[in-house]
Parts: sequence; structure tokens; C-alpha cells
Amino acid sequence: MVPHTEFESYYGRPVIKAPSWAARDIAGYFFLGGLAGAGSVLAAGAQLTGRPRTATAMKVSSLAAVSLSAAALVHDLGVPSRFPNMLRVLKPTSPMSVGSWLLAGYGPAAGAAAVTAVSGRLPRVGAAATATAALLGPAVASYTAVLASDTAVPAWHGAHRELPYLFAASATAAASGMALLLGPTHESAPARCAAALAVGAEEVATRAAERRLGMVAETYRQGRAGNLLRAARLLTATGATTGLLLGHRSRPAAVVGGLALLAGSACTRFGTFAAGVASAEDPKYTVAPQRAAANSSDEAAS
Amino acid sequence: MTDRHLLSGTEPDLARDAGHPEPPPRVGFFTDTSVCIGCKACEVACKEWNAIPQDGLSLTGMSYDNTQGLGASTWRHVAFIEQQKPQVPAPDGRTRLPLVEAESDPSDGAGGELRWLMSSDVCKHCTHAACLDVCPTGSLFRTEFGTVVVQEDICNGCGYCVPACPYGVIEQRPSDGRAFKCTMCYDRLGAGQEPACAKACPTESIQFGPLDELRERAALRVDQLHAAGVDDARLYGHEPDDGVGGDGAFFLLLDKPEVYGLPPNPVVTTRDLPTMWKHAGAAALSLAGGLAVSFALPALLGEKRKGTR
Ligand code: SF4
Ligand code: SF4
Ligand code: SF4
Repeated sequence: MVPHTEFESYYGRPVIKAPSWAARDIAGYFFLGGLAGAGSVLAAGAQLTGRPRTATAMKVSSLAAVSLSAAALVHDLGVPSRFPNMLRVLKPTSPMSVGSWLLAGYGPAAGAAAVTAVSGRLPRVGAAATATAALLGPAVASYTAVLASDTAVPAWHGAHRELPYLFAASATAAASGMALLLGPTHESAPARCAAALAVGAEEVATRAAERRLGMVAETYRQGRAGNLLRAARLLTATGATTGLLLGHRSRPAAVVGGLALLAGSACTRFGTFAAGVASAEDPKYTVAPQRAAANSSDEAAS
Repeated sequence: MTDRHLLSGTEPDLARDAGHPEPPPRVGFFTDTSVCIGCKACEVACKEWNAIPQDGLSLTGMSYDNTQGLGASTWRHVAFIEQQKPQVPAPDGRTRLPLVEAESDPSDGAGGELRWLMSSDVCKHCTHAACLDVCPTGSLFRTEFGTVVVQEDICNGCGYCVPACPYGVIEQRPSDGRAFKCTMCYDRLGAGQEPACAKACPTESIQFGPLDELRERAALRVDQLHAAGVDDARLYGHEPDDGVGGDGAFFLLLDKPEVYGLPPNPVVTTRDLPTMWKHAGAAALSLAGGLAVSFALPALLGEKRKGTR
């Protein structure tokens, strides 16, 4: 039971403003960025270990994901002609600025890797692009956690230490799901292993975040966020188990497992997004923790 | 040199650290809510001077407050708090007006007397302004007066500043997506004028001036009120070492900040940014490491199987 918290507010109105981002655009962007970034690492691994079909499939999937994610970002701005202002400055204090530059480097690399793999031309360029995308991919997959937590949104900022690991794990789950879905079964052993690791890591990160968040953790368990995150757990666990047990011999099982992992990862991102919005809209989650902090610092001072 | 790029804490030389070589003294607002009469002259003056569009008509039922809060088209907002306060001391010999159907015995004054708290809220022009820190385009900037201003022509409507502000001040205008908030009348300051809202305030509840002076004046006022028996009087946002490094607009309140819709202990989120980047780096490495293990493990197991065969 979460203890009842006393708090006062101005006619129950929120203290901070909730993000005005559309869930489809921004939570979708978190998911697609993760799929692309972790996918590029998987593609490079597959290429190095002689799994050519998985490698090509993942390169194409990463290019598609990063293109869609950029489209989601531009769509959220509303006026596409304003997008270039993103690259006016490079500001380390702005995760969105850092991310824009990261994408500006990663996107073309992922594109070149996919195009050379499909066309079979310019293998040297392809190898360099594959390596660059694999190097930047993990950053693309995890910086979005900083993007979310560098806000006053209680459910995101309060989890700023754990969110990057959750996002990295969720990205891994998505990419391994895609590899199960698209790659031939005899090449999918690493993807099955990665899915299992991701499920474990996601569980650990979620529990750690909930412990640290205290009463704010209820925003991850209630309402829309709660439903999405429960679905996410079920889907990723199902996906990983199906992949692990049957993925090596049954093509349909691999497809089911892969789809479940992808859906699970998407649910994690949309659920996290919804928890943030819920925590911003209810003044309780801003006031109660801050009041507790203020009281304890008063006590320390006196 | 070391405190030039501080992300939180005290920041004595704000404008110079933001790149203004010869800045004038930092200016700000001291809003003394104990004398506010809720006339909303500030709201109106701000709208008029800055030609801000209307936000539509609504009746909220929240006391006399139909403005509701700060936003893209409301840069000053007067809060009206209607309270039953039992501890208001009953002055001797004064005729008591039955404002509400008194359930209480007016002679002991304990059952709750109606009181109104009014307070004109505004952007705090934080020393460490999260809105400015997170803006990816540089459209939010620090002026030579130490205030925080958005440049409309550069803002691209990304909306990042909105959830970053710990006070819920800045907002995107739905009609065009860009972000707007109080500029502390940057145009008037440049011309040596005081901001329109302060100019219009008939009770001097909104006081404008160099921040150091205002802080001294505020300290005197709070002592005066305590001496007069108003024990609830307190300053809010004036401490230079608080979570946002002190506010360029601070307040004298007669109740807890959250009663006015203000956060009790706001912290600039960028204070934790180094930690966030550190964990994101570690998470990126663990992603790469996890996938490396996933490729190594089947290979090793495969080797073994071959070996034992
Ligand atoms: S109150 Fe909000 S909008 Fe105003 S300067 Fe501070 S962070 Fe920016
Ligand atoms: S909405 Fe405009 S002012 Fe706000 S962070 Fe984005 S670009 Fe900067
Ligand atoms: S300083 Fe100017 S812009 Fe800011 S609230 Fe007052 S009148 Fe409006």
C-alpha cells in the first residue's frame, strides 16, 4: 500500500506544465530510435560473425526506423521549415541539441550501411558506414532517456539514473525482436540470447527506478501507464521465452516471439511516456516530494 | 573561473558569465503579496503592452480567478485563494461582519474566518533557468539585465522548455506552436523604463529594481510583518543558493508556496545532467556489451558442442 500523502495545492491545478508532445510522435520516436540504434549494433555483429542475411535485414530496419523517427520529430514541430533551427547551435546542456547532432551523424551512416548492403556495391564504404552506425547506435538508443529525464516531470526526472538502462534494455529487446522476425532461424542465436538479457535488465532497471521514486512510482502502475507497462512486461517475457525455447527450430515461433518483443518495447516507451504525463498533471507528485525535501532540509538547518 | 559553467548553486556574475561584457546590475521583481488587492491591473497592463492575444472567456469557479494560471498568452496571473483560517486573531472591539453563514462562534475566532490571499505570479527569471538550459535552438537567452527571454524568430516549437520549467511558466501557443513567456518587458528595460505590470500596480505589490536592493527591502518587510504578528509571512525564491540559484522574481507569501500553486522546493533539472549523461554513457556501453555477449555466447556454446562431438 502506498501511504496516503497530505498535500496542498492551488485548486488542484498542476504545478508544472505537462509536455505538449504527442505520444505517437515522441514515445514513437523513443521506440524507433532505440530500434534503429540497437539494430545497428546487431547488424554489425551479424556481419562480423558471418550472418549475412540478418546483417542486411537489420541495416534496412535501422534505416527505416531512423527515417520514421526523424519524420515523427519533424511532425511534432508542426512546421517542418522550423526544423533546421535544431542545428543552429550545439549545446551540451540540451539533450535535444546533442541528440539532433547525434542523429545528423548516425542517420547518414545507417543509410549508407543499408544502401550498400542491399545493392552490394561499394563494400568498403559499406563496412565503414556499418561500423560508424554501430558505434553511434548505442548512444542513439540511450540518449532519449536523458531527453526525458532532463525535465521537471517527476516520474522522469526522479528516475534519471535508471531510465537510460531501461531504455537501452528496451532498445535491445526491440532490435532482437526484429532480428528474430526478419533473420533466418539458423542465424538467430545471438538475437535470442540478447532478448533474454534485455528482459532481465529491463526488470532490474524498472524495480530500481520504482524503489527510488517512492510515491511517484504509482504513476508507473496506475491508469494508462500501468496498463501499458503491464502489457510490456507480458509481451517482452513472452517474446523472449518463445524465442529462446522454439526460435531455433520453428520459423512461426520466431515470428511470434519477434513481434511480441517489438510490441513489448513499444509498450515500454508509451507507458513511460504516459507515466510522465500523469505525474506532471497531478500536483501531488510535484508538491509532496518537494515538501518532504523542504521539511527535511529545514530540520537539518535547525 | 570554476563557477563559470556551474549548472546549479550561487551565481554572482550572471550576465557577465552569459557573455555580456559590461552588464548593468541584475534587475528583478519583488512581489509583496501582503498588499495585493487582486485588481489585475498587472495582467491587463502586460496584455496591452505586449499585445498578447486573448485566451478566451471561461468561468472557473475558482474564487475570483478565471485566468487560471501562467501560459503562452498570460504572462502575469493573479491567484485568488479563499481560505477559512481559524488562527486569524480577532481584534478587540471591532465589529465583525458575518461574511459567511457562520457555523462558528465569532467570539472565539477559532472556527474559521474567511480570508483572501492574492498574489500576482510571473516568470521567475531563474538564475539557473531550466528552460534556457534545455532549449536546443538557443532561442531562449540571458539578457544583459540577467533576465530570460525567448526570441520568437528562432524558437522552432520543439516544446522542450515547457516540461523543463520547474514553475510551469513557459508554454507553447497552440495556434503557432512556438513558446512564449514574460520577457520582463525587455523592450522597456532597454529604454530605461520599468516593466508595464510594475508600473500599473496601484499598491506597489509588484516592485521592480536591482535585485540586491529588492532583497534588502524584502527582508525589512518580512521583519515588519513578523513584528506585527503576521507569523505566516515568508519570502519565497530569494535565496541565491536554492535549487534554481535564486529567482529574478521573488515573493513575500502569507502561506505555504504550494497554496499559491508554487513548487515548495524547485530544483533546476540540469543540476543532475552530469549524472544523467554518465548513466546514459554506461547504459550505451552496456547495450553494446550485452550484444557482444549475445554473439560470443552462442559461438562459445557452438564451439563446445563441436568439441565434444
Ligand atoms: S520560471 Fe521557468 S520559464 Fe521562467 S526562467 Fe525559470 S525556468 Fe524559465
Ligand atoms: S519551444 Fe522554442 S524556446 Fe522552447 S525549447 Fe524549443 S526552441 Fe527553445
Ligand atoms: S514584466 Fe512585462 S512581460 Fe513580464 S509580466 Fe510584467 S508586463 Fe508582462
